[in-house]
Amino acid sequence: MDYRLKNLLAKAVMQVCLLLFVVFLAFPLVWMLSTSLKPNPEIYARVPSLIPKEPTLDHFRVAFGQQDLLSGIYNSFKIGVISSLVVLVLAVPAAYALVRFKTVINKSVMAWILVSQLFPSILIIIPLFVVLRNLALTNSHIGIILVYTVWSLPFVLWMMRSYVQGIPEELEEAAFIDGCSRLQVLSKIVFPLLLPGIVASGLFAFVSAWNEFFFALVLLKSPKLTTLPVYLSRFTGSEGMTRLGPLAASCLVATIPTLVVFTFLQKGLVSGLMSGAVKQ
Amino acid sequence: MKRHSWLGQLGLVLPFLIPVVLFSVIPLLRGIYLGFTDYRFGFEMRFNGLENYRYMLTDRYFWSSFRVGAIWTIGTTLGQVVLGLALAQLLNADLFGYRLARVLVLVPWAMPPVIRGLMWNMVLLPDTSGPVNHLLMQAGLISQPINWLSSVSWALPSIILVGIWGGLPQASIVLLAGLQAIPKELYEAASLDGAGVFSQFRYVTLPALKPVITSLVSLRFMWNFNAFGLVYTLTQGGPGGRTRLPMLFAYEEAFRYGNAGYSAALGNVMVLVVSLLVVLYIRRELKESEV
Repeated sequence: MDYRLKNLLAKAVMQVCLLLFVVFLAFPLVWMLSTSLKPNPEIYARVPSLIPKEPTLDHFRVAFGQQDLLSGIYNSFKIGVISSLVVLVLAVPAAYALVRFKTVINKSVMAWILVSQLFPSILIIIPLFVVLRNLALTNSHIGIILVYTVWSLPFVLWMMRSYVQGIPEELEEAAFIDGCSRLQVLSKIVFPLLLPGIVASGLFAFVSAWNEFFFALVLLKSPKLTTLPVYLSRFTGSEGMTRLGPLAASCLVATIPTLVVFTFLQKGLVSGLMSGAVKQ
Repeated sequence: MKRHSWLGQLGLVLPFLIPVVLFSVIPLLRGIYLGFTDYRFGFEMRFNGLENYRYMLTDRYFWSSFRVGAIWTIGTTLGQVVLGLALAQLLNADLFGYRLARVLVLVPWAMPPVIRGLMWNMVLLPDTSGPVNHLLMQAGLISQPINWLSSVSWALPSIILVGIWGGLPQASIVLLAGLQAIPKELYEAASLDGAGVFSQFRYVTLPALKPVITSLVSLRFMWNFNAFGLVYTLTQGGPGGRTRLPMLFAYEEAFRYGNAGYSAALGNVMVLVVSLLVVLYIRRELKESEV
């Protein structure tokens, strides 16, 4: 009896702790949502309330009326899509080759993936900035797409490698024996099996480009070309504080793609990270 | 089939290798070299050996930014791993609503760092219209609203809290995965031997999680030390450099003042410090597990 009571008490305490964690982690987003729906007097009220008394979509209207926000969304989307497609085109064949044929290249590529995690981006951006400027690619989308491609390649290759490893080689050999050509094996056996992994890696590359801030801040100067994070970062300090409503609305809009991708990928993401983390 | 493998592999890997070498390996090597020059954007470059590093030793801003960086990195890494472990235990405990919690917990992860910063700007508003100030005053814990992000004493603790918040989801999910990989029989055997909850945690959970924790701490340490976007939007390094992390310092040196060579030298020191600490840490952990 005593034991059961103690157990129950422990469960209750844990339940409360879990609730506190969830509130801590989710509250800022909830608050931003509430700010985006409140009319101005409520935002700056001396006594704030979580639930808007007279909810309004005005801030969203104001936000979408801003040309710079729209071009920011467009630029981020375009850069994200193109760079993730390029990453996939480069990484998928490479990952396949690295898994199926074991040669000297493997070790050096793997070593590079690990080393590249260690270096702060400042070391790479200074020479890259000089090179891109000499090629007239600073303040251009080609330049930033190039940088994002190279930046997410190591991780996407790492992900794709584990997906390829998941396909038994016997499957391919069986297809060969049944008279498939190399091309047929790749297109009819390997590719369909890899597709979920390709989608996941592509989305990962898209999200990291969508979220990236440092390189865009350095490389893109003109407001027309800039990405969403750089546009939003201008509203730090006093400028943003006077326009909290539209800022909250813009931030929500900017978060939607990543939130969608995350809920979509949640399962795969967790298990993918698991395999990476536990194997070591 | 295997005879042409070397050439075949090269053919498939080359399109990947060329951009990586051109735009990642070479710039990185060049960046390291720049740290030994007096390069300023738009000027001639001259090799100056260890001059940058000699200057660094006397640079007040360097010392203060690395001090801030050390406090930030240790604070956020420790917070993320310790709280992440607690959260992972809770998520693993079959509590009410744990499925929903597992999704909600991921929220900060899905947000771009810049938006994390802007969001916390709203939560930590300096006057009573900010919810944190409001709640703390309601609870009677403070009598005046606190200017969390621009007060000399509160700015660093505040950004550390936000940093922990941002890294907690990833840390707890990785640890949760580790927890789920521990065979249930181990706990059954331990409790048959009379081990309570705490000794089960001490003698079953922790040793089993050791490899996961080691890799998590190392990765988190590197990522936190090199953080930029979040703090840039929260405080821009202020007030008076109290939150100027090494990356912010190096960024300002290069792209505000044009001191590219000195900035690259700062980058070199950052790599050196981080890799030294991570290598020492991993070696210690490996040695312990051998004993």
